[in-house]
Amino acid sequence: MSGAVQTALAAPAGPARRAVRDPLVAGLVGLCLAAAAGLLVAPPAPYLVNALGQLAAFAILAVSLDLVWGYLGILSLGHGLFFAIGGYVCAMHLLAHGVAVTGVLPDFVQFMGWKSLPAYWVGLDHAPYALVLALALAGLVAFVFGLASFRSRVNGVYFSIISQALVYVAMLLMYRNDTGLGGNNGMTGFPLLFGWPMGSPGVVTGLAVAALLTLAAILAGTRLLVGTAIGRRMLACRDDETRLRTLGYSTTRLKLGIWCLSAMIAALAGILYVPQVGIINPRVLAPDLSIEIAVWVAIGGLGRLGGAVIGAILVNGLKFWLSAAMPEAWPFILSGLVLLVVLVLPNGLLDLVGWRPRPTWLRGAR
Amino acid sequence: MTALVVDALTVAFGRFTALDAVSLAVDPGEVRAVIGPNGAGKTTLLDVISGITKPVSGRVMLGDRIDLTKRSEVEIARAGVRRKFQKPSVFPALTVRENLEIGCGPPLPARDRPDRIASVLGEIGLGPRAEVPAGRLAHGEKQWLEIGMVLAAEPALLLLDEPVAGLSDAETAETAALIRSLRRPDRAILVIEHDMGFVEAIADRVTVLHEGRTLYEGSMAGARAEPRVIEVFLGR
Ligand SMILES: Nc1ncnc2c1ncn2[C@@H]1O[C@H](COP(=O)(O)OP(=O)(O)O)[C@@H](O)[C@H]1O
Ligand SMILES: [Mg+2]
Repeated sequence: MSGAVQTALAAPAGPARRAVRDPLVAGLVGLCLAAAAGLLVAPPAPYLVNALGQLAAFAILAVSLDLVWGYLGILSLGHGLFFAIGGYVCAMHLLAHGVAVTGVLPDFVQFMGWKSLPAYWVGLDHAPYALVLALALAGLVAFVFGLASFRSRVNGVYFSIISQALVYVAMLLMYRNDTGLGGNNGMTGFPLLFGWPMGSPGVVTGLAVAALLTLAAILAGTRLLVGTAIGRRMLACRDDETRLRTLGYSTTRLKLGIWCLSAMIAALAGILYVPQVGIINPRVLAPDLSIEIAVWVAIGGLGRLGGAVIGAILVNGLKFWLSAAMPEAWPFILSGLVLLVVLVLPNGLLDLVGWRPRPTWLRGAR
Repeated sequence: MTALVVDALTVAFGRFTALDAVSLAVDPGEVRAVIGPNGAGKTTLLDVISGITKPVSGRVMLGDRIDLTKRSEVEIARAGVRRKFQKPSVFPALTVRENLEIGCGPPLPARDRPDRIASVLGEIGLGPRAEVPAGRLAHGEKQWLEIGMVLAAEPALLLLDEPVAGLSDAETAETAALIRSLRRPDRAILVIEHDMGFVEAIADRVTVLHEGRTLYEGSMAGARAEPRVIEVFLGR
């Protein structure tokens, strides 16, 4: 790459101009908007619409992890926890909404022999409250865990392991039937979404469009964020936290803020995911699922938000297709992909096309 | 007033005593060099002053007011202390200009930063390289960039850990001139260095450390005449 090109790529600019210089993100945002418009104008078969909507939810989840891992160097192996918080609260809303409209209690409540929804479900039939509760809960759990970890300087591999332990403990908790959250069967049989019958073509399309638009907004928003002074401090913190602290910046606050933001984005992904699959159970808290999120990001290209989206869509697209065709082979294919990326393409699939929005982003970190 | 007082500082790593009751005082406007063989405890001394390592006992007073041993790195930096690390520590993913912008520190309002950055770029001679990612700089350029980063905050106490390590003779001479130009009545500079010629060129006084203890304090000429110092530096 010539010096002039480098200089042009690295030239200082306002955050907006910078985002435009990231053609991958700009292209993906455009693609999301076009796909959303396409679904509204000429929707394909509902199962395809649904698959697209689920992929968009996974892509949001991948972006949330890339934000903390790629830009801040914090590898969470427990992001499924925040995804699940969003998903569970969304499921509670859908069931509470169903009860409010139809008066019929969900199966698992009847199975427990209860005469009504548990007390703490109160108000969850109101969607705005459920949305705020989901995001606040994810943010709060992230805050408590992040504060404890970052203040005592728990970093790197230790943080990853503890985050994994956290999601595992949450899974054990959710397997219990007396939590009032469906126990090991989870929650399913959501009758209605905003009064509309779940599974009707309009609802399926609406959910997919909402997921695509959210993805576009999250992708654009996070890209703008990493282009600001805060984003530069994130990269600085990732590459040399002590150096940044000794320049007078509280890295604890920086990490905590971005960590909570990431958790809330993951919860948003869970909120969008659950009505599209129609079920949530403790399996979303399985440790291997949280690891898989990291795999999507690593495969697509760590530290490039567009790469995270590509990784999530590619791996999950492949999974949708292959786990139907040959389910036994999927774990081996996934492992093979990981090995390929680790050995051949250390910066992910974007290496294939020589994609380097800012050439040295990762070189210094490794 | 004294700019910096290190008072009976003792640091231990497990059973190993890296600093053993070290004391020194630096006046405002002074350039002090700390010299000593490898492993003498020089970097450890800077680690304590900048809050990275906590001592077993002793105090480090900044401007007679603040005991730095009781503060975090962030608080110490905000009190006006900046430190250049022995291993050049710049942010590789950011450009030279972005590194300097971070170096300006949180208190400097954003609108004042471009001027400050421009003047620092001039001082460290990296103006033409302003938009290059720091990860691409040559070793000497990284050393200078890091000096620029710690300068950008206009520190009252500047700590420089081996600023000319790995530099050519010409670069060393330039760096000596740069450090001399940083001398100000309200600023104290503490430089750690092996290169005796360099120390002679920049320092008002030297402190010789050896195995965690102060061996000598005074002029460089005096250090050269001191038998114990000669013994420690034999062969240099
Ligand atoms: N974090 C640490 N843990 C254990 N020993 C250390 C640590 N930091 C420094 N030391 C030891 O303390 C001694 C002084 O080291 P240092 O201050 O780096 O010396 P200098 O900078 O004078 O070469 C050395 O023997 C070194 O091995
Ligand atoms: Mg040293």
